[in-house]
Amino acid sequence: MKRIGIYAAVVALAAGLGLGAAMAEGKIVISNWDGYMPKDLPEKFKQATGIEVEVALHATNEEIMGKVVAGKGRGYDVLFVSSPFAEVLHKLGLSATIDHAKVPNLANLYSEANTLAYDPGNTFSVPYAWGTTGLCYRSDLVEGTPSSWNDLLEPADSLKGKITMLATDRWLMAAGMLARGYSVNETDQGRIDEVKALLIDTKKSLLAYDDTTFYSKLVSGEASLVHAWDGWCNYGIGENDKIKYVIPKEGTDLWVDTMVVTTASENKDAALKFIDYVLSAETGKWVAENILYKVPNKAAMDALDKTLFETYPNLAMAPADMMKQEQLRDLGDAQKAYTKAVTEITASN
Amino acid sequence: MTKRLGQILLILPAAGWLTVFMIVPCLIVFFFSFFERGTYGGIDYTFTLDNFARAGEPVYRSIFLGSARIAAMATVIAVVVAYPAAYAISLAPRHRQTRYLLLVMLPFWSNYLIRTYAWIVLLNREGLINKALMGSGLIGEPLHILYNEFAVVTGLVYNYLPFVILAIYASLQRLNPEIREASEDLGAPAWMTFLRVTLPLTLPGVAAGAVFVFVLSIGNFVTPDLLGGGRIVMVGNLVYDQFLSARDWPFGAALSLALIFIMMVLLFLQAVAVNRAQQAKGSTHA
Repeated sequence: MKRIGIYAAVVALAAGLGLGAAMAEGKIVISNWDGYMPKDLPEKFKQATGIEVEVALHATNEEIMGKVVAGKGRGYDVLFVSSPFAEVLHKLGLSATIDHAKVPNLANLYSEANTLAYDPGNTFSVPYAWGTTGLCYRSDLVEGTPSSWNDLLEPADSLKGKITMLATDRWLMAAGMLARGYSVNETDQGRIDEVKALLIDTKKSLLAYDDTTFYSKLVSGEASLVHAWDGWCNYGIGENDKIKYVIPKEGTDLWVDTMVVTTASENKDAALKFIDYVLSAETGKWVAENILYKVPNKAAMDALDKTLFETYPNLAMAPADMMKQEQLRDLGDAQKAYTKAVTEITASN
Repeated sequence: MTKRLGQILLILPAAGWLTVFMIVPCLIVFFFSFFERGTYGGIDYTFTLDNFARAGEPVYRSIFLGSARIAAMATVIAVVVAYPAAYAISLAPRHRQTRYLLLVMLPFWSNYLIRTYAWIVLLNREGLINKALMGSGLIGEPLHILYNEFAVVTGLVYNYLPFVILAIYASLQRLNPEIREASEDLGAPAWMTFLRVTLPLTLPGVAAGAVFVFVLSIGNFVTPDLLGGGRIVMVGNLVYDQFLSARDWPFGAALSLALIFIMMVLLFLQAVAVNRAQQAKGSTHA
């Protein structure tokens, strides 16, 4: 009996140590948009470091924010969120400080990507992808070249019923704000109401609000001119080369999707290793090639096949030009006014 | 004593389930509706009745009324289509009835979302219906039948029709055929028998089916979102948006409570209607 007891104790200890070792190698949970990361990235990361990655998906920033704010970030190690939301996580104390010593590949970033307004010096977030929002259209179905947000918001008769807009509140409102010459981070209630009235009018000419399938509507010809993020427009361009992307003359917003480590994470080192891996030149290059978005990773963009820039011109946009656009910031209390305005716009007839 | 104990034990699991998964969440929602949304989406525990005041604002009232209107249209159409179908099935020979009922239930073996997406494929400008109509030369321009109320009502009717058919069929099955025969023997033409005898006696089934469609339709957010293209906002979409996009849980809670209240009123009215119908049935045997 005693011998069995000792054996059992040894086995338990070994199992415990083994488990402990496995925990140190670890496992991290990340949450990202579907299709926003190459499918084999977790596999490759595991082969390179032995750390297992569990991928959770979120459809919108608000969805993951809801989960993280409610659960204080427990259960997640790395979150992919857009910059205004990374700011909110930081203000709420839910994002951990990024130890730059543990992420040497930060040196791969463009210098512009180290001085982004929402997080200068990348202290609590690391940029993953960045881009602009503009007009994506079928050059064979639209007369002339669209050049202004008003081409979308006050469309020509031939375009009525053939346009879509993004439904997410920041970008829906941004289109109106830019058309009227206001800031994409505008908080003045009078201006919010003015843009709301404009967008209520636009709704009458819309085919639909669409965040995810607008490019396939362009490809099928159901829509001719859509409000689009540049990377999504590239998916359409890939299927139909008559599709073109243009940034309206009034300007656009510079959005940045970032990686954030949660304060509740129990595997911060593993999380930082993951971020470092994503920032390596090969991964960055492969992310850009697979999801067709610009990455703020200079080493990666320099290594990209130049023919990609010919097929997808918006990939070639220089960071210096991007920095001329206004960056999206958290609105604080004014967010409520935006959501209320958007509810009234989408509910109007 | 043991019989009573036995009864209590048998009902405990169901009662427990209902309490934990329905009553407690409703109470939590009720609780949240009295507070404010925090700046970053959490709850700010300051007592306020603002959420209920806000729920009464014109824009939200019009969403409630619009949802009721769409749900009512779906209900009426569903009942009008379902009754003849149920009637025909009930008149068919016994062995075929099972087959017909199976056909009615068959769409439910597939996923709700897939059935809804199938409608997008059918109804869009380049979709099957428009292609067929344009191809046969019946119309010159494609019909605008997607991303509007028509599409939403169609989707709702399609998805809830089998329930109404089954509810009315069940009611028809329970009818004593001798009553109908008696009416015919006494000289009433077929339409009068239907209108004055069959229909009133199957009203409980119709009411059950109608309430089913209405209650499910008014709270539905998937169909309006997909088939309405984000342009049709019903109460369900509003509540969903408040909880998941705006992260304004207190306001979402207030809206949910309003919706629950309306549904309870409807269910109460349905119960009253069923009661009256049963009393009427009772009196025909008296």
